[in-house]
Order: sequence, then C-alpha cells, then structure tokens
Amino acid sequence: MGALTTNYLTPTGREEAWRFTPLKRLAGLHDSSVNVAGHISISSKTELPQGVSLKVSSSADFPASYTSNDVVTNRIRQTAKQVSVLTIADDCEASESIYLSRTCSTEPEFSRVVIQAGVNSKSTVVVENTGTGQLGEEIEINLAPGARLDLISLQEWDKSAVHIAQHHAILSKDSQFTSYVVSVGGSVVRISPTVEFTGPGAFADLYGVYFATDGQHLEHRIHVDHNVANAKSRVTYKGALAGKQAHTVWIGDVYIHKGADGTDTYELNRNLLLTDGARADSVPNLEIETSEIVGAGHASTTGRFDDEQLFYLQSRGIPAEVARRLVIRGFFAEIVNKFKNADLEEQLMARIDEELSKVGQ
Amino acid sequence: MNVLEIKNLQVSVVTDAGNKEILRGVDLTIKSGETHAIMGPNGSGKSTLAYSIAGHPKYLITGGSVLLDGADVLEMSVDERAKAGLFLAMQYPVEVPGVSVSNFLRTAVTAIRGEAPKLRTWVGEVKEVMASLNIDGAFSERNVNEGFSGGEKKRHEILQMELLKPKIAILDETDSGLDVDALRIVSEGVNRVKANSNLGVMLITHYTRILRYIKPDFVHVFANGKIVEEGGPELADKLEEKGYAEYITA
Ligand SMILES: Nc1ncnc2c1ncn2[C@@H]1O[C@H](COP(=O)(O)OP(=O)(O)OP(=O)(O)O)[C@@H](O)[C@H]1O
Ligand SMILES: [Mg+2]
Repeated sequence: MGALTTNYLTPTGREEAWRFTPLKRLAGLHDSSVNVAGHISISSKTELPQGVSLKVSSSADFPASYTSNDVVTNRIRQTAKQVSVLTIADDCEASESIYLSRTCSTEPEFSRVVIQAGVNSKSTVVVENTGTGQLGEEIEINLAPGARLDLISLQEWDKSAVHIAQHHAILSKDSQFTSYVVSVGGSVVRISPTVEFTGPGAFADLYGVYFATDGQHLEHRIHVDHNVANAKSRVTYKGALAGKQAHTVWIGDVYIHKGADGTDTYELNRNLLLTDGARADSVPNLEIETSEIVGAGHASTTGRFDDEQLFYLQSRGIPAEVARRLVIRGFFAEIVNKFKNADLEEQLMARIDEELSKVGQ
Repeated sequence: MNVLEIKNLQVSVVTDAGNKEILRGVDLTIKSGETHAIMGPNGSGKSTLAYSIAGHPKYLITGGSVLLDGADVLEMSVDERAKAGLFLAMQYPVEVPGVSVSNFLRTAVTAIRGEAPKLRTWVGEVKEVMASLNIDGAFSERNVNEGFSGGEKKRHEILQMELLKPKIAILDETDSGLDVDALRIVSEGVNRVKANSNLGVMLITHYTRILRYIKPDFVHVFANGKIVEEGGPELADKLEEKGYAEYITA
C-alpha cells in the first residue's frame, strides 16, 4: 500500500493528518514542486555551559534515528545537507539553561536539529523562534539512559510566519523528557511533538501553551508511542483563542502497543474561548492493545470565558482589562509556572497580554 | 460621613426565558457607622439587591436609583463602584484558578488606592489582618477561593474588606457556614473596621446569632422583592420566633 511513498506526496488536504491545516498558507513547505533550501539558522544565544556543544555536521553523519510519516519531515531530511547537533555530555548537569534561537525572514527554509542528552545528564534547552519567515523544522531528541532534559520551544513569530515542525523524542531507560511547546505567534504553526520509548522507567511529560488571535492557525499534533513496558507519559495542553478566524487544533494520539504492560498515561487539553468567531478543535485518541496497564485516560474541554470571575475581580476595584489579563494569566499559570524561569515566564505572559490587547484591531 | 441611598429600586434578572422581575421598589438609606440587618425568606431578592448595587451584569435595573454621597452608582462600572467605596462580601465567593491570593490582594489594593502599596509595609499589613482572622499564611500562595472551605471563603471576603477599607459594605450571608469560633472572629473583624473607619454595613442574614456580635441599629424585613417592615434589634428576635409567615401571605 506504499505508506512510504505517500509520505513524499504533496498533501491535498483530504488526508487525516492534513485535514485541519490551511495548505494554501504554507508557502509550499509541504509541496514537493516548490524548492526550499536547507539552512542552519539556529545558534546559541548565550555562552554554552561546560559539557555542552553545538556543532554543524554533515547530515550523512547523523542519519535519522526513526521513521517519520510526516511529509515535511521527510522533505527536510532529503534537502538538508547539514544538521545542527547539540550534545550534552554524559553526567553533565547544566545549571544554566542552554538558550538557542533562530530568526527567520524572507526565504523559506528547512532546518534539522539533533539533540543528544548524555547518560545521566541534566539540562534545560530553550529554542526561541522569531521573525517573519517560513520554516520547516525537525528536532530529533535522543535521551540516553538516566538523562533528564527539559525542552522549551518558543514560537514567538511575527504575524506572517509559517512554521511546520516535528519534535521527536526517543527515551531510553529511566530517562525523563519534559517538553514545553509555546505557540503565540505566526500565521500558521503546526507542530508535531512525537515520543517513542526504548527502555522501561522513562517518563515523557509534554506541556503546551498556545494563544491564537485573529486569523491565526495554531496546530499541535501529539503522538506518544508506548512501545515498551513500564513507561509513563503525561500530556497537558492549554490554549486560549480570541478574535475572528482564530483557529487551534489539538490532536492527542496515544498508542499503547501489545507488550507495553505497566504503561501509565494521561492526556488533557483545555481550551478557553475569549470571543465569538474563534474555533478550537480538540481530538484525543487513545488506542490500547494490552489490559495490563497502570492507567490510561484523556480529557478535553472547551469553555467560554467565565464572567463570574471577571465580576468578582472587578468588584474589588480591578479594572476590566486588568481582570481579563489576570484570568488569562491564571489559566496558563499552571503550566508556565513550571518553567522555573521567572524571566521566561514574564516574557511569555507579556507577549500574551500584548496579543490580547491587539484582538479585533 | 457617607450615605448610600437606595430609592424605589426595581430590578429584573436576565434569563434565557426573558426578564424576570425580582426587586419591586426597595427604599433604604445607610449612613456611615450604621448597621442595617436585612432578613427575609429564601428567594425574596436579598442577594439580587446586593448584586445590583455591586453592578453584576445579569441584573437589569428597570427603575429607581442608587446614590453614594450623591453620585449615581448605577452609572458606574463595577470597578468604579468599588473605587467609590462600596464592597460586597458575596454569598458565594468565586474561584479564580491560577490567580494567587497575594497577587489578587495586591492588584485590588493598588486599584482601590490608586498606587501600589509599599512592599515592606504591605506584607506586614496583610499578615496582621490574616492573623487576626485566623487565616493561615499559606493561603497567600493559594489560588483565590480555589478549594477553600465554605468558612474559609467567608473569612477571605472579610480579609479583603479590611484591606480595601470601603465606606459601605454589604455582607451577604457572611455568617452562613461559619462555625461558632469563626463567627466570632469574622464579627470581630467587621467590628474592627466599623470602629476604625466608621463603616456603614448592610448585613444580610437568616440568623440572629451574628446580631449578638454585630449589633444592628435597624432591622428590615425583606419579602417578595421589597422591604415590608422596619424596626430595631427586637424585630430580629420576633422574626426568629415567628418566622415570615405574616409577611408572605400579606
Ligand atoms: N437566572 C435566573 N433565572 C430565574 N430566576 C432567577 C435567576 N436568578 C435568580 N432568580 C430568582 O430570583 C429570586 C431572588 O433570588 P436571590 O438570590 O436574590 O434571593 P435571596 O433572597 O438572596 O435568597 P437566599 O436567602 O436563598 O439567599 C429567586 O427566586 C431566584 O430563583
Ligand atoms: Mg441570597
């Protein structure tokens, strides 16, 4: 049936994986007839901690470690001759965050990044995206046994940017991967955080925060493959929407394969509609092939802004717009507080305040 | 001296099935230092009166006026009413997820006072009031009303009142759900504010026990959307004994 070949075909929008995405606005990132160049756009914003290196290598030296069925990921692999490789040495405990950034403009580009977290290493990696460009991105994250890695991926694009990405994490024995995907900017952002396990005792903790305003399309497609025994996963994504044609999509696919006994998983998506005219699609999907599990569940809610909360705050003298900001910040706080980085928290909350203030203008 | 004047206030509640008339001409004047107890059967419109004065959007004012020191309260936004010196301790305080009590209190006090309180004195001020209301310091870091017990929510309302220092406070069944000790502690809080700032109080209650701590100057019987009888503290005792039967059938 040629599953592989379909991965190279330009999607038409009828495919399950593409039915929500506005293909016309992708600047050809998905279209095999449009040329897109490979580009090394990522760089370190601050000095790298000891035991951490960022190098540009030949793609041939870093072949992909997994099979992707995403058409853009496969185009990136075909095109990108070079790959950015971030290596965190075995036993390295980076006290400071590793802060990578990328600014895209005019030319559409494909970018491949590999992150290797060494045995028993402990680190936080921030990848900050800004600019107006069009980016196809693959980040492959390999966690060696006992590694702990927090990855904060910030989509702080300008209004016109397009970003299609797959962030694939491979978790070996006793490793712990915490991911925060934050999407607040861009015209179209479509990120697929995917996870597979190669050893027991591993834990994937996936968080997401997104805020879509007038005309923005923000899509997050999570896929967690429980293919080994005794691994754990949590998915917690929260989004707010405001303004006409604001559209968000959340897909939460969790597969518990035969033999993945002792799996423990739960996924949650909550959406907050701040105005009329916005639309949130939320599709959790749990498939279980073994009954010997610790737990498996999902929840998805989409609700309106709570006027009672606003009234309560205002009745204490707090002006309406300040009250609104408090409630929205409160909605996201549960996740954002986990960054344990006050500067980053404030940067994100300020951006959300700013987006909110522009709604309907 | 501050005066809240409620004149012939008529209010409907906005529902999906249309507007429903609740208040049918309420007249009441509350001055600084006075305590007015409002007692009346369930569903008679006491909370509607309280919410209407505070400006809750679900109520539609169809007639009458509310003036605070001559200024038209009904023309003010909800936050302006609070800034003008009105405070409503709610019957059912609202949970605000993700917003800490300390952040909430600081934001509210900043709005009411027009400037951020000095950090050093502020922390001490909050601590002191919390201690006097027997509220554990750990509540500062909890989210507003989230997971609070009924009695904790009520104490948290009075905490806000003490910090915001209103001119006129409406306490909507603040005594409901309080245990005997909490009732005394909360009442002492109200009396403290009365003594310090000559607060005027509208005290909505079903029970005379709170009136043993907070002495009312006037007792009003509320039935079917308006005040049907007025008297002194002795009226409360009569109500406790005889109930509202004579007012409902009347
Ligand atoms: N949305 C609504 N739809 C229909 N009726 C409503 C609505 N909201 C309030 N009411 C009615 O308005 C009336 C007055 O309610 P209110 O809460 O003011 O009473 P109350 O005197 O405070 O009662 P209690 O002593 O039980 O607190 C009640 O009969 C209530 O059912
Ligand atoms: Mg009531």
